Amino acid sequence: MSGLSVGMFLFLVSVGMSLIFGVTRIVNLAHGSFYMVGAYLMVTLVEVLPDRPWAFWVALLLAPLGVAMLGGVIEIGLLRLIYRRDPLMQLILTFGLILVIGTLVLLAWGPDNKSVPRPAALAGSVRVFGQPFPSYYVLVLGLAPLVALALWLVFYRTRWGMLIRAATVDREMLGALGVNVAALYTQVFVFGSALAGLGGALAAPTVAVALGMDGDVLTTAFVVVVIGGLGSFAGSFISALLVGLLQSFGILVFPAVSIVLLFAIMAVVLIVRPWGLLGRPEQ
Amino acid sequence: MALLELSHVETYYGDSHILFDLSLTVEAGEVVCLLGRNGAGKTTTVRTIIGLTPPHTGRVILRGRDVAGFAPFRVVRLGIGFVPEDRRIFPNLTVHENLEVARRTWGNGRAGPWTEDRVFELFPILRERARQLGGTLSGGEQQMLTIARTLMGNPEVLLLDEPSEGLAPLVVETLRQQLGRLKASGLTMVLAEQNVRFVSELGDRVYIVEKGMVRYQDSMATFLADPEVRRAYLAV
Ligand SMILES: Nc1ncnc2c1ncn2[C@@H]1O[C@H](COP(=O)(O)OP(=O)(O)O)[C@@H](O)[C@H]1O
Ligand SMILES: [Mg+2]
Repeated sequence: MSGLSVGMFLFLVSVGMSLIFGVTRIVNLAHGSFYMVGAYLMVTLVEVLPDRPWAFWVALLLAPLGVAMLGGVIEIGLLRLIYRRDPLMQLILTFGLILVIGTLVLLAWGPDNKSVPRPAALAGSVRVFGQPFPSYYVLVLGLAPLVALALWLVFYRTRWGMLIRAATVDREMLGALGVNVAALYTQVFVFGSALAGLGGALAAPTVAVALGMDGDVLTTAFVVVVIGGLGSFAGSFISALLVGLLQSFGILVFPAVSIVLLFAIMAVVLIVRPWGLLGRPEQ
Repeated sequence: MALLELSHVETYYGDSHILFDLSLTVEAGEVVCLLGRNGAGKTTTVRTIIGLTPPHTGRVILRGRDVAGFAPFRVVRLGIGFVPEDRRIFPNLTVHENLEVARRTWGNGRAGPWTEDRVFELFPILRERARQLGGTLSGGEQQMLTIARTLMGNPEVLLLDEPSEGLAPLVVETLRQQLGRLKASGLTMVLAEQNVRFVSELGDRVYIVEKGMVRYQDSMATFLADPEVRRAYLAV
């Protein structure tokens, strides 16, 4: 069950990463950093907001918004300059962002681990199949299908979603039909950043909020995205749940090899279906 | 003043010089044909107009305004519609969605005559296919969808790059009639083609391009009356 919750955080991070790659063709290595910033913003927001029952929920809304703004600044200020460049340049730039954001977080929040208290209403636990199970995880699990459904509606039932799906196959043609693709890039980057921020904010009460969390989540999200298929929304969802479960069970059964197992599965998928479980082969 | 004018355009792909001092004019309401063999520079001319391959020098003048160097989406929003030769429909979107992404959402709200309903009247087969993915359409249906999609932007000038290419004779005939109805509605068109028979009734004037230069220009009637020209510049 906690594996499924981990899967939910992973889903939020990897679906944003996959979305950003699908549209802009940027592999955003700093995506894990957005997740971390979301968690740290949650720490601060829960501290500064008045001690009321609604404070947690407001924080849960504001933290992703903060990360979205950060994403917007980065897209407009930096990424726009390099879309046409060598993909290696993009990797170097987004890798540089990991270091810059990591340093800024260290300066702002200090080196010590932080924790976020769970909201009072969800601080206890419930019994599931006779096992005690933290109520907060029930919230996360309840939210997962809602978020997935909301994203599905956005992608498949709105014009914006159509533009995004069209952009993943032919950006040039979309522009030649009068669509401002540069603006779409910014919107998608902001949206993907907000999803990572939401992942971090939701995860904050379940983990130690610490400086290394960007790298950890980036590696796993990367595996999720590769297994699910870059740019595939359903693929990210299924593969995030799989990887989340695998990680939790792996850690219980054979902790030393769980990360190895993860990469072994990714390698197998890459050999058998290089475009991922539900991705599309490049033409 | 011409609705659209190319004035002394020189276009390159990287270092290779493709269009040389190319000029042409398109008056409102006329259908101008751009004829020439494979590799003559028809596609490059169309791409120059829409801004996908902006000219190195020279001007692209739309209603008196130089739009050379504008991003394609801006040129489109100023009133030029582009139907590419390789069709480029979105295979992962339904027919309805292909039309919807191209719908005019800019300008002052006066959207113009073309709505999804109107394009379905012109291409009835698309209404039947509305819920189908673009990638599942036949070649002829895809060509109709490409044109329908561009019409959704309500262009003043429609650029069509070899619309008849690769289609079965029967489909070509249907398409010819449909373009005839577009012309009758008063739409200005630039029609790049190799198929003279396809354009002979549609076109008002002809430009022949060879090696990136305009070699001949005259009315369609004069062009058709002179088989020598055809022999010299076009595949017979
Ligand atoms: N992307 C490109 N890069 C370099 N040269 C190109 C490119 N596309 C076309 N060309 C060259 O430009 C010339 C004109 O091509 P094009 O405009 O496609 O001709 P047409 O549409 O009349 O068949 C040809 O010689 C072709 O080889
Ligand atoms: Mg061509």
